[in-house]
Amino acid sequence: MQQIFNFIIRNSNRLLFLLLLGISLALTIQSHSYHRSRVISSANFLSGGVYERINRVNEYLNLRTQNDELVLENARLKSLLFNKEDTTKIPLADSIKGVKPADIIVSKVIHNSYNTHENYITLNSGAKEGMKQDMGVINSLGIIGVVDNTSKNYSTVVSILNMKSHINAKLKKSNHFGSLTWSGKSTGFVQLEDVPRLASIRKGDTIVTGGQSVIFPEGINIGTVEKIYVKTGTSYYVIDVKLFNDMTNLGHVYVIKSKDREELINLEKKENDE
Amino acid sequence: MNSALLVNIFRFIVLLAIQIVIFNNMNFLGYISPFPYLLYIILYPVNSNRSGLIISSFLLGLTMDMFCNSGGIHATACVILAYYRPYIFKFSFGLSYEYQTIKLNESLTPERFSFILVSVILHHIILFTFEAFQFKFIGDVLLRTLFSSIFTIIVSIIIIYLIKPNKR
Repeated sequence: MQQIFNFIIRNSNRLLFLLLLGISLALTIQSHSYHRSRVISSANFLSGGVYERINRVNEYLNLRTQNDELVLENARLKSLLFNKEDTTKIPLADSIKGVKPADIIVSKVIHNSYNTHENYITLNSGAKEGMKQDMGVINSLGIIGVVDNTSKNYSTVVSILNMKSHINAKLKKSNHFGSLTWSGKSTGFVQLEDVPRLASIRKGDTIVTGGQSVIFPEGINIGTVEKIYVKTGTSYYVIDVKLFNDMTNLGHVYVIKSKDREELINLEKKENDE
Repeated sequence: MNSALLVNIFRFIVLLAIQIVIFNNMNFLGYISPFPYLLYIILYPVNSNRSGLIISSFLLGLTMDMFCNSGGIHATACVILAYYRPYIFKFSFGLSYEYQTIKLNESLTPERFSFILVSVILHHIILFTFEAFQFKFIGDVLLRTLFSSIFTIIVSIIIIYLIKPNKR
């Protein structure tokens, strides 16, 4: 017994080192696995609060681009409104497809990273505003990411510039779909993988979100086709997609709260159980 | 004794604040960013409590991870650097380092420079390896380590000179 205590006292630094190394390695490995969200995130009182303060100052530096974006979006919405035959008529639900009802939460990016392989964005709204894991985040130009962790007032978002992110996307003109990932190289481009070679694709085609995921509604803009490769040894294309969004300069964002999300998830869960 | 503790706590908070507010927003060419917060580990008194250094380095790294959303990579790199610091001292200053009172924040000698160099490169290579976590990015990891290390060393030396206490 005495010897055990002596051993512990003699090697206390080494044991302490191994313990803390074990904890930090466990946190690292846990954060790299796809299906679990991380333990340590910036969605908390301390870092969220600090980032919000810093953002209050930084906001003023890019007011001009934010204003330009808002004016453009207003113009687009106005043109939609004026080109409707009758503005007082209530839009009828499409009887075949059905309109998917969705709520929008307005939020603001208070911290944005884009220089690592796994990038996260911190937003200044959390569970109090109704944010939950796996909600889609967009802005007027296109998609931004998927909500990962939420606290009471803040939440973190897996950016599309994150190698763990997989989003269902498709060609706007046809229904060929693929999976949107990021190769970790350039902040202006993401990759659309697993598009069958049967699809006719040309440079400049628009890529939008597909209807297969419960995260995003169908048809939200992502970007345009820049380069097309064939994945070696397969019959699938890999497409470089040039994003509409400048991911290094984000301001206000919209979080999509899909209303039949719960129902869809429960249905899929039931089918998996059986 | 007490004032040394206070100085350490002060350094811990100030270096973290500078790192988060200023240096985390710096990226040259999209991937080169300095991490001068590890000056805390470099400047920790030589003959002070070693377990205190390991624990505080872990907390330092964990706070950085919280702000950077990076899992545990900063904590891992900081703990390893803190544990191997005496060996780097031996490498840079020779075996009898414990008997001299080494003050790093004085004029820059080759020994001091080599100590900072080895510490920064060790920290950065662990950091970027765990960040990439895949072998196919090995070239990327080495490139980032090289450029970020140069950048961190320059910033660190500037900070050391700025906070150098005045001699009477």
